[in-house]
Amino acid sequence: MKKYAVDLLVAANEFLDATHFLIVLRKVDAHEAWPEVWPGQFVEVLVEGSSSTFLRRPISINYVDAEKGELWLLVQAKGDGTNRLANLRPGDLLNVVFPLGHGFTMPKAGERLLLIGGGVGVAPMLYFGKRLVERQMEPSFLLGARTAEGLLELEQFLELGRVFVTTEDGSAGEQGFVTQHSIWKEERFDRLAVCGPKPMMVAVAKMAKQWGIDCEVSLENLMACGLGACLCCVEPTVKGNLRACKEGPVFNINDLLWQI
Amino acid sequence: MTASGTFGYGSEFADFLDLNSLGGIIVKGTTLQPREGNPYPRMAETASGMLNCVGLQNKGVDYFCQNIYPEIKNLRPQVVVNVAGSAPEDYAECAARIDALEGIPAIELNISCPNVRQGGMAFGVTVEGASSVVRAVRKAYHKTLIVKLSPNVTDITEIARAVEAEGADCVSLINTLMGMAIDIEQRRPKLSIGTGGLSGPAVKPVALRMVWQTAKAVKIPVIGLGGIMNATDAIEFLMAGASAVEVGTANFIDPTVCHKIITGINSWLDAHSCSSVNDIIGTLQV
Repeated sequence: MKKYAVDLLVAANEFLDATHFLIVLRKVDAHEAWPEVWPGQFVEVLVEGSSSTFLRRPISINYVDAEKGELWLLVQAKGDGTNRLANLRPGDLLNVVFPLGHGFTMPKAGERLLLIGGGVGVAPMLYFGKRLVERQMEPSFLLGARTAEGLLELEQFLELGRVFVTTEDGSAGEQGFVTQHSIWKEERFDRLAVCGPKPMMVAVAKMAKQWGIDCEVSLENLMACGLGACLCCVEPTVKGNLRACKEGPVFNINDLLWQI
Repeated sequence: MTASGTFGYGSEFADFLDLNSLGGIIVKGTTLQPREGNPYPRMAETASGMLNCVGLQNKGVDYFCQNIYPEIKNLRPQVVVNVAGSAPEDYAECAARIDALEGIPAIELNISCPNVRQGGMAFGVTVEGASSVVRAVRKAYHKTLIVKLSPNVTDITEIARAVEAEGADCVSLINTLMGMAIDIEQRRPKLSIGTGGLSGPAVKPVALRMVWQTAKAVKIPVIGLGGIMNATDAIEFLMAGASAVEVGTANFIDPTVCHKIITGINSWLDAHSCSSVNDIIGTLQV
């Protein structure tokens, strides 16, 4: 899968709630080549003008429209780097290296897959859902957030498939964590794809292991190069230290050394 | 050239630039035995730079010879192997294995890695330590021997002269500067082993000063590195006395940066009516 380092045009950049914003990027020249992007892959964006942000920022790919040459990034404003990204205006250019890393496994025909996202971790699930729809599969999403306001891109998820929701305060869907949703009692799944805060991923991984469900999680280890060169982002696995940016960020829980 | 540990084995960057346009690729630190490296977290971002404590994770020299060498031996740029170890005999044995490989014209001896407890920098910070490793390797290795020096010393020229006396063909400097970063909420270091090596533009003034001092102190060529981000930085090192430069951390920020630096140096030379890079090496007027 060929990787590109290109300037993309900011087509839109808006906050979806108090701390999360969506950057819509488009290729500058409509005739430019556009890479094949796999769900769960990420980009490394260059943040300019920040004295504290030296390295690129790795950000999960939220959605891709290959025909339009459009790439969406759903970002949580956290430090100076991401706050500068929040300030990008339509017409600005953003230098992006992509697509990077190893993404989620596509389900086999008849396999019942549940896509689970928590907080900003819903990001890769939208594009994953789109790719499933393209394969004539109806995706099922289980999305978790602290409050109803924190449920990001809910409308887009509803357009793609079935959506189950939990919020910690009960302001939308069922109250509690994703692992407490009633769907687990009502249906059986063969495969899980998870992205969210680590405690959430560990909790889901525990359930998956107990019930013998195949489960993949997307890690967000600190990265420097994002290309597999620096070996900073490694995750201990049964196969030794593997690079989250190259062999990951998506790993099967059976390969990880998590205490689950 | 690309600096060790920042460019993989070249293939990671092949989508972004023509590897054949590079002068050389210095591949990741290789040791006699495989190493898992240090635990995560291994990296902390700092003002104008980064700290790392990767700790020489690599699959060992045998794996390199069998699996990586066949992939890279036919690259047009010179491929140099960075060799590390924890005892002079390890270094020598590892160097001897690479001596036997055709098409690898040089090794860069890493006596300056700050991130492994056993060996590495321990050798590079004393005249005796540096001499002992270079002496052992010189007996076992017959091609071009580059020795990569540590900046974590009082007087780098002393070490440079010592390795020159033991038969080093060239020195490269600087390796990373030892540093640390702290997470104040956790009251813990940000790196798993507490300290790490600082690289990036933050170290450039220190590197430049050391290259300038060393170039005056030794007769063998000096390779300059440390925070080079663009052609201007590279030209500074050349004027300070470096015969060549390595680019490291900048590859993480811009995977095409080496191509830009090479083009930028050439444009500068043309604009200043210099026929070759030799016209500027060591031409600093003080």
